[in-house]
Amino acid sequence: MKDLKSQASRSTTPGKGGLTPEIQSRIGHQLRAMYDDVVRQGVPDRFAELIKKLDAPGATPQLGDEGGSNDNNNGRD
Amino acid sequence: MPLTDSLRNDILAAVPSLRAFAISLSGNADRADDLVQETLLRALANIDSFQPGSNLPAWLFTILRNLFRSDYRKRRREVEDAEGNYAKTLKTQPSQNAHLEFEEFRTALDKLPQDQREALILVGASGFSYEDAASICGCAVGTIKSRVNRARSKLAALLYVDGAEDFGPDETVRAVIGGSGG
Repeated sequence: MKDLKSQASRSTTPGKGGLTPEIQSRIGHQLRAMYDDVVRQGVPDRFAELIKKLDAPGATPQLGDEGGSNDNNNGRD
Repeated sequence: MPLTDSLRNDILAAVPSLRAFAISLSGNADRADDLVQETLLRALANIDSFQPGSNLPAWLFTILRNLFRSDYRKRRREVEDAEGNYAKTLKTQPSQNAHLEFEEFRTALDKLPQDQREALILVGASGFSYEDAASICGCAVGTIKSRVNRARSKLAALLYVDGAEDFGPDETVRAVIGGSGG
């Protein structure tokens, strides 16, 4: 176990831990396949809109409209 | 810095990989998107504290990672949900075998300690340097390196124990990526 680090970077002979270069690259491929599958989905509309909304000049996002700044609405509902 | 057009575009451009990171961490697509949403809101609310010229993706990943961590402590139960939910996020349905292998991989990934999992994802999938990954996780570079190595060993042990020769090393991957299996 103590040697894993150097084994991983030397990557010539598999050690007892079994981390051959093949296995390393297989793990890497699977990891990226999983990850890239999501990346390829791009930006869902909800996030594009969220960022756009927050950017509109002077427009406080509607996200928290209920939350406040309505002084004269006090106690109405 | 103020929220300029170009900064906004950069944030938008980081969304796909933020989602991938969130899904890889949580194993749950719905929860991942909630995490991304909250990350964006935090980022935009704190945009003044972003240093112009510094690494924007790393900054965003740090926010997401910290949110996930605090959230995770509150509810560690939902992990069991991961498999079914994750499959739904796939656009292309891999062939049956590849799909199984894929779920196996996902399950093995979920078994890693969180420290190791996030380090492996940041370095092995998001493509961050060890240095950036260390700053995202708030630890030393050497710590990240050893977490990544331990994560790999553990995955190898979980997935390929003694059986590495049973499969062609690339068969699964090819099938997952290309859906070319029969």
